[in-house]
Amino acid sequence: MKQVIHTNRLTNPFSGKNGLNRVKDRIFTGVVWSLGVLIIAFIFGLLYLILQDGLPKLTWDFIFGLPSEIEEGGGIGPTLLNSFYILFISLVISIPLGMAAGIYLAEFAPDNKLIGFVRICVEGLASVPSIIFGLFGIALFVEYFEIGLTILGGAVSLAFLNLPVLTRVTEESIRAVPKELKSASFALGGTHLQTIMRALLPASLNGIITGICLVAGRAFGESAVIILTAGVSTSGEMWDFSLFSPGATLAVHLWYVQSEAIVGDAQEIAQKAAAVLVFVVLLINLLFRIPLWLNSRRTKRS
Amino acid sequence: MLESTHTARQPRLSAELGSAILAGSSKPFDRRSRLFFTNRLFRYICIAAAGFVCLILLLILLLMFRTGVLTFSQISLADFFLSAEWNPENEQYGALIFLFGTFALTALTLLICVPVSLIIAVFLSVFVPPWLKNMLRPVLDLLVGIPSVVYGYLGLTVLIPLIRNVTGSGMGDGLLAAALVLTIMVLPTVSRISDDAISAVPSKFSDASYALGATRFQTVWRVQLPSAKSGIMYAVILGMARAIGETMAVVMVIGNTPQLADSLLKPTSVLTSNIVMQISNVPFDSTWNYALYLMGFLLLVISLIMIVAIRWLQRKGAGA
Repeated sequence: MKQVIHTNRLTNPFSGKNGLNRVKDRIFTGVVWSLGVLIIAFIFGLLYLILQDGLPKLTWDFIFGLPSEIEEGGGIGPTLLNSFYILFISLVISIPLGMAAGIYLAEFAPDNKLIGFVRICVEGLASVPSIIFGLFGIALFVEYFEIGLTILGGAVSLAFLNLPVLTRVTEESIRAVPKELKSASFALGGTHLQTIMRALLPASLNGIITGICLVAGRAFGESAVIILTAGVSTSGEMWDFSLFSPGATLAVHLWYVQSEAIVGDAQEIAQKAAAVLVFVVLLINLLFRIPLWLNSRRTKRS
Repeated sequence: MLESTHTARQPRLSAELGSAILAGSSKPFDRRSRLFFTNRLFRYICIAAAGFVCLILLLILLLMFRTGVLTFSQISLADFFLSAEWNPENEQYGALIFLFGTFALTALTLLICVPVSLIIAVFLSVFVPPWLKNMLRPVLDLLVGIPSVVYGYLGLTVLIPLIRNVTGSGMGDGLLAAALVLTIMVLPTVSRISDDAISAVPSKFSDASYALGATRFQTVWRVQLPSAKSGIMYAVILGMARAIGETMAVVMVIGNTPQLADSLLKPTSVLTSNIVMQISNVPFDSTWNYALYLMGFLLLVISLIMIVAIRWLQRKGAGA
C-alpha cells in the first residue's frame, strides 16, 4: 500500500517542491536496503564459516575421544558429556523452582509493595552478569562447603543463572492465557490448583517450552560460570557421572584449547569444537520447537 | 473464594441427594479436605520458590559486598578507584584501568551497535516484505543463542588477523577488536527489541504521516522512531547490560594486559576479563581476591542500576 502512495507521489504535481526530501528518501532507502542485506548476509556468512570449517572434519573418534594435553589428536568426549550432564542437572534444579516462582507471581501474588520488590529482584537477578554467579559459586562451594571445583558446583551456579529467566517466562506465558479459560475452569468447580495444572499450564506450555529452550541453549554455551565453579579440566575419563569430579564443558574446552593449551592441533580442535557447540545449540533451539509446532497445528485443527 | 463455593454447594447437595448418602460415606469430605490441603501446599511451595529467587539475589549482594569491602582494610578508597597501578605482587590494587576499560568498551560498543541495530530494526519492520520478515526474525533470534565463546573464537581467528592486516599493528587485540565482537553479539538483541518496538507503533501514525505527503524517510525519522523511543531505549540499555557483563568473548580478544587503553589497538583489560583471568590463581583470604570481589560487586551494582532505569522507562512508557 505504501508503495502505491510512494509512486503516486512521484507523479504528483506538488511534489516538485520537496525535491530535497525525495533525494533524502532515496538515500535513506538505499542505505537501509544495502546495509540490511549486507548484515543479514554477514550473519549467515558467520554461521556458515563456523559450521563449514568444523563439521566436515568431525569423526566419532573426536566426539567420543579423550582430550589430550600434549599429543595431537585429542577428542572432546568428556567435555561434551559434561556439557549435557551439567545442563541436565541445572535444568532439573531450575525448572521446578523457576516455574513455581513464576506461577506464584502470575496467579497468587497480591499487588503490593512487597511483590513489586520481588519482581525487581527477579529482573535484577536476570540482569546479573554471569561472571557474578561464578564468583558466588566460588564463595559458596569452594570456600563455604569446601568441595572444590566440581560438576555439582557448576550445575547449581548455572541453575541460579537460569532461574530468573524461567520465572519471567512462566509468569508472562501464564498471564497471556485468555481469561475465559481460567473462568471456565473455575465455573466447572475446579480448584485453583486444578485450574493451574489442567487449564493454565497446558495453555501456556508453548511459551514456557520456548523459554526453556532459550535457557538451555544459553546454559549449554555458558562458560564464565563453569570456568570459575567447575574448572577447566575434566576427570579424564569417559562416562564419569560423579557429581564431585571437575567438570569442564565443551564451551570451556573451546576457550581452553584456543588460549591456554599447548597441543599441536589446537587450531583444528577449536574449529571442530566450535562447530559442535553451534550445532548443538541450534539443535536445542530447533528440535524442541518441532513438537510445539505439531502441537499448535493439532490444536488449530480441532 | 474457593472455600466459599464448596460450603455453598454443601447444603444444596444434601437437599438433593438426601443427607443419608452424605453421612453414609466420608469420601466427599476426604476429597474436599484433600483438595483443600494440596491447594494450600501448592501455594506455599510457590511462595517459597519466589522467596528463594529473592534470597539468591540478596545473598549474592551480601556476599559480594562483604567479601569486597574487606579490600579497604588494606588499601584506601582513593587507591582502589583512582590509581591505575594494578600490581598485586607489590600490593598495589588500583582498579582505574579496568573501570575505564569497561566504560570505554561499553561506550564504543554502543557507538557502533546502536546505529547499525536501528537500521536493521527499520529494515525489518518497515522495508522488508512480510514473508522475508517471518524468515529473518527467527534467524536473529537464533543468533542470540550462539555461545559467547564462539564469538570470542571467531574474533580471535578471523577479526584479529584482519585488524592486524588492515592497521599493520603488531598485536591486533584491544578495545577495537573487543568492541566489534561485542557489537556482533549484542546486535541481534538490540535490533530485535527495537524492531518489536517500531512494529508496535500503531499503523495509523504512519498512515497519517504518508497521507500528509511525507516521504518514507520523514515518516520513519519523525514519526515511527520517536514513537518507539522508550522501547528503543529499553533495547539499548539491555544491550549495554550485556556488553558490560560479557566475559568470555571479551577475554579472548582484549589482550588481558593491565595497562590504560589510550589507543584502540592497545591490549588492555576490563573488569570481567580481569576477574576471570586471575580469580583461580589467588587464595581466597587475600586482598587480591577481595579486590576482585569488589570489582564484581561494582559490576553487580552497575547492572542493578540499569534494571532500575529500565523499570523507570517502562513506567514512563506506560504512563504516557
